[in-house]
Amino acid sequence: MRQDEERPFFQMSGVSKSYGGAVALDHADLTVRRGRIHAILGENGAGKSTLLKVMSGVVQPDEGTMHYDGREVSFASPAAANAAGIVCVYQELSLIPDLSVADNIFASNPPRRFGMIDRRAQRRQAEEALARAGAADINPLAKVRDLPLSRQQMVELAKGLAHEPRILILDEATSALTAADVARVIEVLRRLREEGLALLFISHRMHEVKALADECTVYRNGRHVLSFEAGTRSDNEVIEMMIGRKYQHAFPAKPAAKPEEGPADKSGRRLAAEPVLACRDLAWSDTLQGISFSLKRGEILGLGGLDGQGQRELLLALFGVLRGCAGTIEIDGKAVSIASPVAARANGIGMALIPEDRKTEGLMLPMSLRENLSFAALDRMSTAGVIDRDRQQSFVDRMMELLAIKSHDVDAAVGSLSGGNQQKVVIAKWLVRQPRILLLSDPTRGIDVGTKQEIYQLLRRLADEGAAIVFYSTDYDELIGCCDRVLVLYEGRIKKELVGPAITEQNLIASALDLPVGQKSPSTGVSP
Amino acid sequence: MSGLRYWYAENRGTMFALGLFVLMFAIYLFNYPSALSANVFLTAANKAVLLALVSMGQALVVLTAGIDLSIGMTLVLTNCIGSWIVTGDALHSALGIAGVLAAGALCGALNGIIIIFGRLQPIVTTIATGAVYYGLALLLRPVPGGSINEDLADALTGKVAGVVPASLLILLAAVVIIWIPFKRSTIGRAAYATGSSEPAAFLSGMPIRRAKFASYTLAGLLAAIGGLFLTFFTDTGEANLGSANSYTLFSIASVVIGGVSLLGGKGSAIGAVFGAFAFRSIGDLLFVFNVDALWQPLFQGVILLLAVAIGACGLFRVRNRLEWFQ
Amino acid sequence: MSDVSATSWTTLMSRLTRKIDKPIVIAFACIVALLLVGGMYSRNFTSPEYILLQLKVGAFLGIIATGLMMVILLGHIDLSLPWTITVGAMMACAVAGHGDLGEMLAIPVGIACGVLIGIVNGTLVALLRIPSMIATLATNAVAQGIMIVYTGGSSPQDSAPQVMRWLAAGWLVPGVPNAVALWVVIGGATMFLLSRTTFGRTLYAIGNSERAAYLSGIDTRLVTVAAFAVCSAFAAFGGVLLAGYASKAAQSMGDAYLLPAIAAVVLGGTSILGGRGSYLGTVAGAILITLLQSILSVAQMPEAGRQIIYGVVIAAMLLLYGRSKREA
Repeated sequence: MRQDEERPFFQMSGVSKSYGGAVALDHADLTVRRGRIHAILGENGAGKSTLLKVMSGVVQPDEGTMHYDGREVSFASPAAANAAGIVCVYQELSLIPDLSVADNIFASNPPRRFGMIDRRAQRRQAEEALARAGAADINPLAKVRDLPLSRQQMVELAKGLAHEPRILILDEATSALTAADVARVIEVLRRLREEGLALLFISHRMHEVKALADECTVYRNGRHVLSFEAGTRSDNEVIEMMIGRKYQHAFPAKPAAKPEEGPADKSGRRLAAEPVLACRDLAWSDTLQGISFSLKRGEILGLGGLDGQGQRELLLALFGVLRGCAGTIEIDGKAVSIASPVAARANGIGMALIPEDRKTEGLMLPMSLRENLSFAALDRMSTAGVIDRDRQQSFVDRMMELLAIKSHDVDAAVGSLSGGNQQKVVIAKWLVRQPRILLLSDPTRGIDVGTKQEIYQLLRRLADEGAAIVFYSTDYDELIGCCDRVLVLYEGRIKKELVGPAITEQNLIASALDLPVGQKSPSTGVSP
Repeated sequence: MSGLRYWYAENRGTMFALGLFVLMFAIYLFNYPSALSANVFLTAANKAVLLALVSMGQALVVLTAGIDLSIGMTLVLTNCIGSWIVTGDALHSALGIAGVLAAGALCGALNGIIIIFGRLQPIVTTIATGAVYYGLALLLRPVPGGSINEDLADALTGKVAGVVPASLLILLAAVVIIWIPFKRSTIGRAAYATGSSEPAAFLSGMPIRRAKFASYTLAGLLAAIGGLFLTFFTDTGEANLGSANSYTLFSIASVVIGGVSLLGGKGSAIGAVFGAFAFRSIGDLLFVFNVDALWQPLFQGVILLLAVAIGACGLFRVRNRLEWFQ
Repeated sequence: MSDVSATSWTTLMSRLTRKIDKPIVIAFACIVALLLVGGMYSRNFTSPEYILLQLKVGAFLGIIATGLMMVILLGHIDLSLPWTITVGAMMACAVAGHGDLGEMLAIPVGIACGVLIGIVNGTLVALLRIPSMIATLATNAVAQGIMIVYTGGSSPQDSAPQVMRWLAAGWLVPGVPNAVALWVVIGGATMFLLSRTTFGRTLYAIGNSERAAYLSGIDTRLVTVAAFAVCSAFAAFGGVLLAGYASKAAQSMGDAYLLPAIAAVVLGGTSILGGRGSYLGTVAGAILITLLQSILSVAQMPEAGRQIIYGVVIAAMLLLYGRSKREA
């Protein structure tokens, strides 16, 4: 065992990959050993995903070599990599929604009889694979589409394990798992490690990394920065390696004013402390069960808790996307009915939603920057349906400046911008309307650290100018750093409201797991 | 959860089409008790099988989230080819049949190749190839004519053992020999996967290109069986544009009625068969009820509209409006 | 930002090159090529009379394709064109038979019938979320059914009124056939609509991502219904003109226009998936198709050959334009 651990099992040297003009990997290296759990760290755009895509056959490198178990290899497709024992469990699921769990687990190599798929054997083997992944409660006949996200991720894991991998790659594959699942998965992974599996995983959650990893490697700008044994570097050092410069204090100062007082308007008068948004017994389907809260001007309210506890749905409900919501919503004390996003953004209500997936929900990627900045506010830039070019230009200029969006050409397609700049465009397009209530659904996911800081500053500035902000984030540090109050949701209910200094990692984790605040998290030491 | 529950959920569309057809057939029989023995039933069955074959082919393509607007033209082309070569003695006729089937498969294969390697959208590709196939049909039969092996024609368009129309047996054979093996194979499953989510299918290492190629080629083959049958039925080859267009569009209607989603990934060719039967029974029912021939197209249209709108009822269960946009 | 002249020159150049779509260039090049090839066959092909005639005939297709383009930009399709065209023609002729008031109302009624069909289409697609292919197929069948009942199965007796004939075949501006003038006006309005109005830009937005458009607070359903209404209105108007040209309406007169209209839009560079395309391309596409059909007919190519060449040309040009990108 010791000897196996020392000799590299898999090695990538000098691998480069560019997409058009953009360099994703720049002579990157990677060394993987058997029986070890190896964390891959880096900002988005650092090349982590591309590295693993090269390794698992999804893309072909422009340069560089890969050595596997002593031999040089290259993989022309995911199927080829799978055949060699390299299996990737994806974040963007590779599950086919309309097929059953069993069909998905054995998508590429099902048991066969007389040339046709042997359904019975497949079902049996699927049950075994699910059990091995710690998800024996999933029925192999269920359609993937009907399963919640956390179950889907377990199916994805079972699918990966069914290939009998020698190297298992987890690309942010645990983001939606419940605490119980995560504990089970950790056990499964540790057991596989004992059996000699080499495991690579990408995660942005330092807690997970610290709990699981034996060694870590940091990448920046497509290059290998450093590989080190887990625990030998501090969090700050790691982040500095990731961003390449000194790590400043990340979050803007919160207002000194007490929460009961409203922010001052321009003339210095204190605005009414009446809540701009109030929610009573908001319920929807099984996902939201009686949510009541209020939000004042100038406040940043965070939504915390495990993934999939109703945070996204709460924002959608407020924005008028969900049908059949019970309960009341009040704006400035008056009950309103928000039937659609059209109504939500209207002048009387003035809401804005920054959705989760900017690529499919926030932007039209092939259309120009100018157009994307205009879409939420075309009515404000036009008279009688005709767009006023000058007004549009002035809006666009103002937003580019306000958010420091880096682009040479306003008419270039927005798809060519970096992730951080794209997200700024999504936020900017709403700011044109000067919304009173800003709803943000995990806005900094997959954004580089620099842009994140700019967004935090922006949010605080908007709040100081009188906007009310609801901010859902899966990142504890953000909730702690940005929010004045945090509502922790659990199974569609507000489990706990944390105010001011009570917003700590301990308390966030405890409430998320439905433990009393002040108690330590379970002994696995892992935060979900 | 028993397997039965899942089976039902998956085949709901097919069951709906079957139910619709059974209902219409029951009304038909009820009002026309002697129907089963009459010649008019045989004719109706033959016509229904024709549409069913084409609809089966269309279903295979639609499963991959594609569409085949040339399928009616393939039908007509193979009809014309058949009127030339399926003649003479048994051997000659057999070779002719093989030739016709190969021609249909070739048409489908060409569609598949352009769509896969040319990376063009199916709708515009098949519009273009449809024109070409129709042109070829016209070349073969500028005016209706030709003939076909009469013994074979009589046998295949008549009844077996005096009871069951031979055409139904041919349809059954097509389902058993073509559809079932396709569905249970990895290629068939890859076809479903391609329609459901092509990116996921790619990441899962499924044979997407082979699946698409198989779908389009088999669609052409099924259209050829239909074309052959049409030749047996009419004893001529005719390059009838109106007929070709009708078959194409009706096949789409049958596929939708049969519960196959135009977005791909869901449904079954058997559903399309029942959809075709149900669609054709509209005409037959109107005949039985002595509805003026003038009103038939309107009724057909309205019933199609209703059948399609009923499918939209699932909409009202959608509670998150984002699900409308996939 | 300070050196305004330099940056504005470079952005102007990049804006121009971006505006010049590859498909439009290819389409216009093909038009020129066809004219040259035809010119080698006979002098008539490059004569102004011939070109004007092509434009006139092309105008009918062009107007129909204009409406269809809006629906295709959304990412939908309208297969109800054939009978919408026929309905427009027949209803206009029918109403015209009722005296002077009838003659005045003929064309508006024809167009109104188109709008009605379009609203039904739009409602089915946007509110009931039925895929547009099957929804419009169904409305086409219903429209056909209604017309068959109405006309008793035979060609309608009413002939086209004077005003329709004049619109289709007359000359308001000397030297410019009315049909062409109408196309220019409609085309100009459409170009303005697509590039300078909120409605137009919203069409592109929805075609790119209806989800993102919806979440931006755009009323996607209303815009979709409106687009289908406009499409069918133009189709009905096209039918009115066609009836004027032929002096009467006829059964199945619209059938021959569906596939050419789709081809015209697609050959003009508009993506069938929606979200991309320029009106100039549709103009080029319509002229190209008309020219192709005309040359083949003058060359006395039998219908068989015409169909084959038609199909091959469309496939070849689409392959030339550049294909769907593989997902990265």
